[in-house]
Amino acid sequence: MNLNLMILIPLIPLAVFLLLGIFFRRIKEPVSGYIGVAGLTIVSLISFYIAISYFLDFGLVNGEYQKIIVFRSTWIHFTDNLKIEMGILLDPLSAVMLIVVPLISWMVHIYSLGYMKGEGGFTRFYAFLSLFTFSMLGLVLSVNIFQIYIFWELVGVSSYSLIGFYYKKKSAVLAAKKAFIVTRFADLGFLIGLLILSYFAGTFDFLTLTNLDFIQTLNGQAVTFMGLSVITWALILIFMGGAGKSAMFPLHIWLPDAMEGPTPVSALIHAATMVVAGVFLVARLFPMFYFIEDGIALEVVAYVGAFTTLFAAVIALTQYDIKRVLAFSTMSQIGYMMLALGVSGYGEHEGLGYMASMFHLFTHAMFKALLFLGAGAIIHAVHSNFMQDMGGLRKHLPVTHITFLVAALAISGIPPFAGFFSKDEILAAAFEHNKLIWFTGFIVAGMTAFYMFRLYFRIFWWNDPEYKHKPHEAPKTMTVPLMILAFMAAFSGFIPFSDFVSTDYSPFHTHIEWGLAGASVGIGVLGILLAVLFYKKENDLSDRFARAFGIFYKWTFNKFYIDELYFFITKKIIFKNISAPFAWFDRHIVDGTMNGIGNSTVWISEKIKGLQSGRVQDYAMYFVSGATVISMILWFLLNN
Amino acid sequence: MNWNQIFLMRQELFLTIVILLMLIADILVSDKKALNKIAIALFALQTVFGFFSVYEGSLFGGMYVTDSLTFAFKNILNIGVFLIVLQSASFLDKNLSEIKKVGEFYIILFSSLLGIYFMISAGHFLILYLGLELSILPISALAAYELYNRKSSEAAIKLILSAAISSGVFLFGITILYADAGSLYLKDMNGNLSLTYFSIMGMVFMFSGLAFKISLVPFHFWTADVYEGAPTAVSNYLSVISKAGAVFILVVLLFVSLRSMVDIWKYMIYGITVLTMFVGNFFALRQQNLKRFLAFSSIAQAGFITMALLSVDRLGVSSIIYFLAIYIFSNIGAFGVVEAVALKTGKENIDDYKGLYRTNPMVSLVLMLSLFSLAGIPPVAGFFGKFFLYTAAASKGYYALVFIAVVNVTISLYYYLIVVRAAFLRKSEKPIPYFKSDIYMKTSLFIVTIALLVMGLFSPFYEYIYDISNIVNF
Repeated sequence: MNLNLMILIPLIPLAVFLLLGIFFRRIKEPVSGYIGVAGLTIVSLISFYIAISYFLDFGLVNGEYQKIIVFRSTWIHFTDNLKIEMGILLDPLSAVMLIVVPLISWMVHIYSLGYMKGEGGFTRFYAFLSLFTFSMLGLVLSVNIFQIYIFWELVGVSSYSLIGFYYKKKSAVLAAKKAFIVTRFADLGFLIGLLILSYFAGTFDFLTLTNLDFIQTLNGQAVTFMGLSVITWALILIFMGGAGKSAMFPLHIWLPDAMEGPTPVSALIHAATMVVAGVFLVARLFPMFYFIEDGIALEVVAYVGAFTTLFAAVIALTQYDIKRVLAFSTMSQIGYMMLALGVSGYGEHEGLGYMASMFHLFTHAMFKALLFLGAGAIIHAVHSNFMQDMGGLRKHLPVTHITFLVAALAISGIPPFAGFFSKDEILAAAFEHNKLIWFTGFIVAGMTAFYMFRLYFRIFWWNDPEYKHKPHEAPKTMTVPLMILAFMAAFSGFIPFSDFVSTDYSPFHTHIEWGLAGASVGIGVLGILLAVLFYKKENDLSDRFARAFGIFYKWTFNKFYIDELYFFITKKIIFKNISAPFAWFDRHIVDGTMNGIGNSTVWISEKIKGLQSGRVQDYAMYFVSGATVISMILWFLLNN
Repeated sequence: MNWNQIFLMRQELFLTIVILLMLIADILVSDKKALNKIAIALFALQTVFGFFSVYEGSLFGGMYVTDSLTFAFKNILNIGVFLIVLQSASFLDKNLSEIKKVGEFYIILFSSLLGIYFMISAGHFLILYLGLELSILPISALAAYELYNRKSSEAAIKLILSAAISSGVFLFGITILYADAGSLYLKDMNGNLSLTYFSIMGMVFMFSGLAFKISLVPFHFWTADVYEGAPTAVSNYLSVISKAGAVFILVVLLFVSLRSMVDIWKYMIYGITVLTMFVGNFFALRQQNLKRFLAFSSIAQAGFITMALLSVDRLGVSSIIYFLAIYIFSNIGAFGVVEAVALKTGKENIDDYKGLYRTNPMVSLVLMLSLFSLAGIPPVAGFFGKFFLYTAAASKGYYALVFIAVVNVTISLYYYLIVVRAAFLRKSEKPIPYFKSDIYMKTSLFIVTIALLVMGLFSPFYEYIYDISNIVNF
């Protein structure tokens, strides 16, 4: 098996990006789309082939999955101790991502052929989509934490350009800016964290950082700061970067606004791949999180995840914009993955949470991408994002209806769909380690089922409004990806994930805890039944309910005023009291000094102009006297 | 001479053959345009031929030495000269009516390159001196190539007179060092030198001969006048190829021959670095003529190069070679654009460039990339070049010098951006009209653009240079 082929996996999307980016005026719609799809097809086939043969064929040696450095080269060589390397690491974690990222990206590439048809900037869209795919693949294949940071910023940039794709729309521009600034702020934490970590560990390399003996030596020699080891602080700061990308509370505020981007982008970046980068990062460094100071950093991960999952689910209950409901649902589900990592232990069965988190990442990517693409098809048909404008669409959009239902069942954790299996493992792991977190997850499972079926019934049942244009089913390019993803959402739960992914890289066996599973299915069904009661037929039950809850409903509907809080802190406090004095200092003192230096530079330049007289004899004199004077100065220096 | 020896010298031998073939072609071929093509083809062959396998060793009892680094450096120079040949072809094609002898131009140019080859591979001061002379004399003739242009003649006279003085002082320096050390071999000199005023003077005099070619302050005065008057292709050659060759041999001299005097010459290099950066920048600030402007900018760049000499180790060598490779492309790009514009419109002033982007976007982009690379703005290659120079100086604790260099980068940024602003932001009543350059110019600018974008990010290139930068066993 020639693993060198893997170098093509990130390089093909890069080549497509450069091609489309440089010749974006020459390559017209739909050719650019075909180029993008063709590139992604090759990438996907290579990735699937490598990932599957890794798991089934060559990866497992003596009961343990190998960490294979496929390729590594020095990118910048500062000194022999400090150099930045680029490379490709193949292990179960990256192999799982090699299935998720290319598959979803491939589907989105195909889907966009139909969705983006006739929109301006078609080629630009595909160029950025390829850039994103390149960056994301580079991220998941990284061999060291610095490489991951570089690609981390690259996915941020491509996400920024795609959120602001409709750059003539003011809200899109603002949303792009917001996403960039918030995640960038979080990445500052990441950068500081990784610098602290590499300073104390003396390496960027993942293989060294996750080596258990190495972690023990780090533990032994750690410096403490405010009661905690600096390594713990570094990990918490790194997690801050992950929380920014993965929209964890309180850095989540950009994700709902990011829905201003085209829907396929939301499916790819803001549901299935980029937003789980934070989970991936924590999973990558999991042995550190677990073993450094008995997992204090990991506890932070667990509680942030648990809080976010509840917080987002509550908000999702009340939103009307279907993409925003899905956005909050994404937040909530990523919270699930985080809390699963947070409650995980290390070792075979102890590491159940870790495995469950990756499993949920996998299944969630499938059904959430499906939900978003389905939402795209619906928006495509009714030209509105709001569920008030919808209803009775099951007759008009049969394929979308069925696939959406499959996804909704999957996310609600109804067997035998994919979400049931992964969610069950998460709840089982949480139950073993922390009952409070388990209970949060349990309640959220019910809420998830409720808001998803609220969405489903409100879109596809409710009433039959008069549509101005009769909604029609999306073209084949859009429905085929829906069907493929629906297949995955329905059946990918049967993959025996614990045979492939585990904390200590050796397969173990899991079984379904029927008691716990029964309870969570029960609460899911309860949620669905409530949704049936509220939303199957048009009625005013939900409005009466909202009125009954009054203030609480209003708070929830306005997302607990977190955005307003941020505005208050940044505008009223930071800008006014900190930035304004700095700006004055900058304008008057710094600029004044600089202008002074600039003017004196010009003045000197004016004064010495005469030296360059244009006479060769002068030049000769300067030459010889210069040499003599230098000799004399050196002689003088030597004697002192 | 057996085959092995021939292979050792193959770049020099092949270039000699190229020169002879050009002589024959000059007699046989009367079509001037065809001569351009022959020269390009022959030199392309020479460039490709240089990349064949490397031989290390010495000839003529150690007078001529070659290793991986000299081979690689000659290849870098070859690529630079190839780009200049392309631009020269463009220049010669345009002025066919005034120019009688097209073939001569190339013969003289290649002869000068041959001189630089010998200079680089010199193991003995005699060869070094001969190479130095062979490299500068023909180029003085080329400076006078535009016989119909008085400025060209003035440039040639200034160059040949300055060169005469410098080579006299250089030779005097060698004589003194010989008297002290008793050997003319580059390798033998180290350790045999005494630390007297006598040998210090020899060292400084010899250094000043090379500093003249690199245009370090105070040996730089000829630079601006010559660059302004000489044909642009010749200025281009002087500013990159001739300078790079001299820097290379300076590194060898300082690091190998004069290594025992390092505690003395480091003061000299320190002072001259600071002086060169400031003087180059202060003069560049006020220039209107782009060729003069680039002359002073190239003086300032030389200051950055000498900064890395202070590290006296492998990192210093590799960072200098790497910077030179990038600098060659950046400067050839900038001069190429000036040449392209001047050939079509005759304009060479910064003010004339106002509104260039609207009429000629591609040329403006190349200009911008080249100037950004000279200024050292990421992600263009020049940034990485400068970055390693800083690293080299900082690795030996010269933080103050690095700070001064950063201040100078800021100053240089100001004047590079003046040109970019003129081309991109300023509007003009009468901008330079749209023009189409010929295929030669386009090819050379295209190669420059690709190189500037790729070289910095393509790390194996620097790694390779670092691996072979073992001129001394550090």
